[in-house]
Amino acid sequence: MAKVGVFVCHCGVNIAAKVDVKRVVDALKEMPEVGFAHEYKFMCSSPGQELIRKEIKESKINRVVVAACSPRMHLPTFQKALASQGLNPYLVSMANIREQCSWVTDDPEMATQKAIDLVARQIKRVVHQDPLEDISVPMTKTALVIGGGIAGIQAALDIADGNRKVILVEKSPSIGGRMAQLDETFPTLDCSQCILTPKMVEAAQHPNIEIRVNSEVKKVDGYVGNFEVTVEKKATYVDAQKCIGCGICQEKCPVKTVPDEFNADLNLRAAIAIPFPQAVPAIPIIEPDYCKKLIENKCGVCAKICPAEAINYDDVPMQETVNVGAIVVATGYREMDPAVYTEYGGRKYPDVITGLQFERLVSSTGPTGGELKRPSDGEIPKTVVFVQCVGSRDESKAHAYCSGICCMYTAKHTMIYKHHVPDGQAYVSYIDIRAPGKTYEEFVRRAIEDEGVRYLRGRVAKIRRLQNGQYRVYTEDTLVGRAVHIDADMVVLASAVEPQEDAVGLAQILGIAYDSDGFYTEAHPKLKPIETASAGIFLAGACQGPKDIPASVQQGSAAASKVLSIFARDNLVKSPQIATVDPTACTGCLTCSYVCHYSAIEEKEFGQRQVAEIIPGKCQGCGACVATCKGKAITLAGFSDDEIYEEIVSCK
Amino acid sequence: MQVEKEPKILAILCKWCSYAGADLAGTSRFIYPANVRIVQVPCSGRVDPIMIFKAFVEGYDGVMVSGCHPGDCHYGTGNYHARRRIAVARRLLEFVGVHPDRMHFTWISAAEGKKFADVCSRFTDELKALSGTEKTLARKELAT
Repeated sequence: MAKVGVFVCHCGVNIAAKVDVKRVVDALKEMPEVGFAHEYKFMCSSPGQELIRKEIKESKINRVVVAACSPRMHLPTFQKALASQGLNPYLVSMANIREQCSWVTDDPEMATQKAIDLVARQIKRVVHQDPLEDISVPMTKTALVIGGGIAGIQAALDIADGNRKVILVEKSPSIGGRMAQLDETFPTLDCSQCILTPKMVEAAQHPNIEIRVNSEVKKVDGYVGNFEVTVEKKATYVDAQKCIGCGICQEKCPVKTVPDEFNADLNLRAAIAIPFPQAVPAIPIIEPDYCKKLIENKCGVCAKICPAEAINYDDVPMQETVNVGAIVVATGYREMDPAVYTEYGGRKYPDVITGLQFERLVSSTGPTGGELKRPSDGEIPKTVVFVQCVGSRDESKAHAYCSGICCMYTAKHTMIYKHHVPDGQAYVSYIDIRAPGKTYEEFVRRAIEDEGVRYLRGRVAKIRRLQNGQYRVYTEDTLVGRAVHIDADMVVLASAVEPQEDAVGLAQILGIAYDSDGFYTEAHPKLKPIETASAGIFLAGACQGPKDIPASVQQGSAAASKVLSIFARDNLVKSPQIATVDPTACTGCLTCSYVCHYSAIEEKEFGQRQVAEIIPGKCQGCGACVATCKGKAITLAGFSDDEIYEEIVSCK
Repeated sequence: MQVEKEPKILAILCKWCSYAGADLAGTSRFIYPANVRIVQVPCSGRVDPIMIFKAFVEGYDGVMVSGCHPGDCHYGTGNYHARRRIAVARRLLEFVGVHPDRMHFTWISAAEGKKFADVCSRFTDELKALSGTEKTLARKELAT
């Protein structure tokens, strides 16, 4: 026989100001299920919990109802109080008389009546609650990191240093990501590659990290602790085991017509190439759309010349399934194609380039070997206009959001420019300067005050190419209220940060949420900025939204610590609130298996017939199968028909 | 003058979005009619149409089911299952003589406390307007 102990909380005045707690207690004492009812000022406080402990010990109650705030707030608190006295923690129920009663009801009389009803319903319900035991599931303590940019590398290194295995999957032929393309970094003007390449090498040599380049995630099954991930490695036509990375193939390849992606398409490269000199791994791949051998079975020079016999023209994509326990998504961003702004002539005029192209143009590993020459004629540009917010903060044409990094990298570009061309003049067209990071504002002031860069507040209206090869930039200076134009030798557009092209596709494979722009959504914008709503999948870097390097590194480390805290446990503890099938009632129609989102329902033999069976490790407890089952053969622990109907029926 | 009876509403809310939305209505102190009774389910996909019928048998005047917005379901697709089941349940309600508008299906996210309070107030008004309009309402017969 159930004997329910009822505890009604005042929550200071939060409940007691509207609800006559004494009346609630008196009314409930009349119910036959109730052993006793108490009131207390703060049930969640230590003395409040002590009250529950004491009564469990002394009054031999075997069910508890706490009428207080939302169970989302304090149910675990009271579950612990029960467990501490050896009572099963699933034998407590909470009546939400604060959020759903005292705070939303004007009239005290109505609030009191509603409170009595709400508590009575939970008393009826709790009688039907069964003791449940947490489910312990073994897990695979290997992590998957998707994306080998700085955020992914940092996450992989931290997890690996925590002595757990990591599989780092990168789509392109080398890890390094966007940061590898940068020349210097704000706000210190550190050489980007000098600080990044040691980390790339460390990742490559770490005994706990397995790097899989040229690979993409194609399918994800399972759940936290036990994901099954299908990774596809595309055909590269070069045997990575044999290749010694000498680069002769790249030199001798006669096809030199491939746009160089690493150099932001500023130059053309060979059809077989190592993506960039410091690539990790330094293994070339063949571009099948350009290679003469692969298109028309001619040439074959690279195979002839390769000293390691590493070329394999018959290479095919390979799929492999890996088992991992947690996933870090760090797929980064891409730079918006400025061609949307036809009035600026991006991609049309050779000397109107993007921020990323400027990085490559001044980089010592770039197409000009680090000399700043404009693409059209190789002249040194004496006047350069930097245009900010191209595609950012412009809902009508591109994106409503601020790309976050452009103010800072534009200030950096102007400084790099002045260091290359000390007698040149740099102009910046800006809307606002956003420099909220540590020493960021000082950095921008340095560009303006020490380097003599001229900042003009206003949006550029149009860029026109002049007969003399210069570009006339029509803009305004809103601070003096005048339209101005500048004749420039080169224009740099700070093009917006965008999610990767296939961001939404990957989100659907992973089952994680994304926003209307295509950036991945965190579980909570403030308190869970690393987690996704899917347990065991974490975010790092610009795939979640525009981010600079320090923020990406921070989030990479944060994601790693989340992964390590999952792996620190021996087993994964799962909620026991899952569904089970009564095989004697099951007709074997398996309709349940069609609605199960987790493929948790399988067919099994029961006597002479087939029935449904739910795999406890896979079931997430949504209850879709329960509502589908025609024979009422499925029960969801914690939300059984008995429990739910009791709440509905006991309406007064 | 007869005092207008406040219609009783059963709100079946999913744990992840709508129940949290109802909590937010409380935290934000949005006042709504005191006649709403909330039952928590893990997912709107758990809602069996029988729950809705049972509620009418038990004397509720309206039933509201709310889950996460399309695409946001914590369990991937539960809210889509709910949407289909409730579309069928609505027709069945009509068949047995309960006005289908006594059944309200909606999406309320964990951030939409205001929406929850508004829906409760509006639904209450709608139910008041409906009272006595059903032609063959046989609530008692339904129970037997």
